[in-house]
Amino acid sequence: MTGDIAIRTEALSRYFGAVKAVDSVSLEIPKAQIYGFLGPNGSGKTTMIRTLCGLLTPTSGSAEVLGLKIPDDAEALRQRIGYMTQRFSLYEDLTVLENMRFFGEVFDMEPARIDARIAALLEDYDLGALKDRQARAMSGGQRQRLALAVATLHEPELLFLDEPTSAVDPENRRDFWESLFALVERGTTILVSTHYMDEAERCHGLAILDKGTLVAVGTPDALMDDIKAQVLTIETAEPASAKRAVQDLPGVLSIAQLGQRLHVLLDPQTEEPVRHVEEALASRSVAAQVTQVRASIEDVFVMATRGKTRRQRGRATGEAA
Amino acid sequence: MKSWRRTKAIAIKEVLQLSRDRLTFGMIIGIPIIQLLLFGFAINQDVRHISAGVADLAGTSASRSLVSAVEATQVLDVNVHVRTGDELEDLLRVGRISVGIYIPPDFERRITRGDKTAADLLVDASDPVILGQVQALRLMPFNLRKAPGLDFTKSPGPFEIRAFYNPERRTEVQIVPGLIGVILTLTMVLFTAIAIVRERELGNMEMLITTPVRSHELMIGKILPYIVIGLIQVAIILGLGYTVFRVPIVGTLSDIFLGSMLFICASLTLGLLISSFAKSQFQAFQLTLFIFLPSILLSGFMFPFDGMPRWAQVVAEVLPLTHFLRIIRGVILRGATLIEMWPEVLALITFFIVAMTIAVLRFTKRLD
Ligand SMILES: Nc1ncnc2c1ncn2[C@@H]1O[C@H](COP(=O)(O)OP(=O)(O)O)[C@@H](O)[C@H]1O
Ligand SMILES: [Mg+2]
Repeated sequence: MTGDIAIRTEALSRYFGAVKAVDSVSLEIPKAQIYGFLGPNGSGKTTMIRTLCGLLTPTSGSAEVLGLKIPDDAEALRQRIGYMTQRFSLYEDLTVLENMRFFGEVFDMEPARIDARIAALLEDYDLGALKDRQARAMSGGQRQRLALAVATLHEPELLFLDEPTSAVDPENRRDFWESLFALVERGTTILVSTHYMDEAERCHGLAILDKGTLVAVGTPDALMDDIKAQVLTIETAEPASAKRAVQDLPGVLSIAQLGQRLHVLLDPQTEEPVRHVEEALASRSVAAQVTQVRASIEDVFVMATRGKTRRQRGRATGEAA
Repeated sequence: MKSWRRTKAIAIKEVLQLSRDRLTFGMIIGIPIIQLLLFGFAINQDVRHISAGVADLAGTSASRSLVSAVEATQVLDVNVHVRTGDELEDLLRVGRISVGIYIPPDFERRITRGDKTAADLLVDASDPVILGQVQALRLMPFNLRKAPGLDFTKSPGPFEIRAFYNPERRTEVQIVPGLIGVILTLTMVLFTAIAIVRERELGNMEMLITTPVRSHELMIGKILPYIVIGLIQVAIILGLGYTVFRVPIVGTLSDIFLGSMLFICASLTLGLLISSFAKSQFQAFQLTLFIFLPSILLSGFMFPFDGMPRWAQVVAEVLPLTHFLRIIRGVILRGATLIEMWPEVLALITFFIVAMTIAVLRFTKRLD
């Protein structure tokens, strides 16, 4: 099956002094998929990606990327991967064209191929009108498109995208994901890190990281189906009172407030969860509407990281993060 | 072939960035001009028209001719006449005058007896240049034969006229070739020291090291544009030195530029070496100064090499500037050729190769 695996890590660790940025992560990432690393800030996503690109030496464990051992064969890997760093790392004082040409030449591309690729990418990523604009004078979304264009310029088999949408508005995020799917259709493998739940849900495969460790792995659907919790939402005009009424109920694992709504995770053993909660609310005379819903990726995340932090985490990786 | 293309890509990128960085661009042209004019004019030892005051307590024709003899040198301008030595000191303290000439009542008796100096010069010693100037004056360099009634033959103190005329006229001539080295040390080392650290600070490096570019390609690509820039600076300094300060250029231009190019390469690699140690642009700047100061102090630019203690000479031999100063002064002022000065040329080449090797080895395509 090695032929279908783009990345395989075994007990991969990277420490910075006492900080275990990546702690014994074992993973298999299939080819031609969008694979997501989901985790809050500081969970080790960037360190993981840098290690897989050969930019950081693992403290222990091993990794194989496109069949090459990392970090020993990192140099041979360079031609075959593209990396979009978390922070914009193209030259701000060069124009779109100049940046693209520079990286084309540094990647040893033939001049004719550089020209053809640039023309195609300007079209694909809607950068034609901006081609003589310096990167520093571009918006977050435009820069992100440029960064993706440069990362894919040499048509790498494997693309690393580190929080590519963090500086981008929702509409551009949607367009951006469309272009990722287009790349995957052409056979590119994409590894993307994110702290957005909606983006995580769009990945083919997902690894949830927390404090450097792998806490859950699988397809988003499987993760949501296999969640060891029942999920309820409570709609109410008095969310604070409702929260007080529910939080100490037996079986309640976590409560998160989203405006006028409470999102409650309950132990799967709890019988008739809706009635159980409704009664608790009624006993405190809180008017509310309780419904059982399907678990989201965020619920998966909350459950996966619960064991590590006893206290309720709430919206640990909320949209606003 | 691939390697050269990547190196060229880095060099072109560097030029594009430089052409958009107005401040740096201004520095390339501005530093040589400003430094040259500062050193050439402001730090010129040949100070004239120092304002002076006189307290002539003798009031004889002899004392008056001493004053006019002093004025004739044009070193001092006598602007104020007072009656007592105390008044003179007051003027000196408040800065109205820089030099006071005090002629005691027994002026003529002192001359004839010859056991004491005839008059006193009070000097504002807070300014070393004025002090130096007046020390020369104390040796009575002016033509005394033109001061009738004064016969200093019995008076103590030899007349060292020679020391007066010479040093002034030689300063610019000595300083301009040295300045080529000093200015290149400052700009070349600083530019490359910052160039790589800046890419690291701005985050560009993380992207760049993910590409197939090799360490040596990056290093050479980075310094290529600056070699040209360095040569332009040499041309500016040489041109100004020749036209404004009339520095004679005895040696050949090709030797001057070739020698300068060796020094430029050595300085640029020194910068690369610094950037491999510095963690921030500020640190790169500090390290550059750390190299720059001993360079100007020990290389023979400020103080004669032969007069320095042994340990300082050893340190100086490691600095590229020391060797370059010998080359450039030899070529410009004495018409020496690079071939004649081969030990210095060899020293610069060795420095370049060693520093470049260390810089390339120290630069890893890793973040840790
Ligand atoms: N170069 C470094 N030196 C020291 N600590 C680091 C370094 N890079 C990351 N860390 C630490 O490792 C942990 C994981 O960081 P990171 O991989 O950047 O997480 P993420 O990308 O998920 O936000 C954090 O605690 C961070 O402070
Ligand atoms: Mg990160």
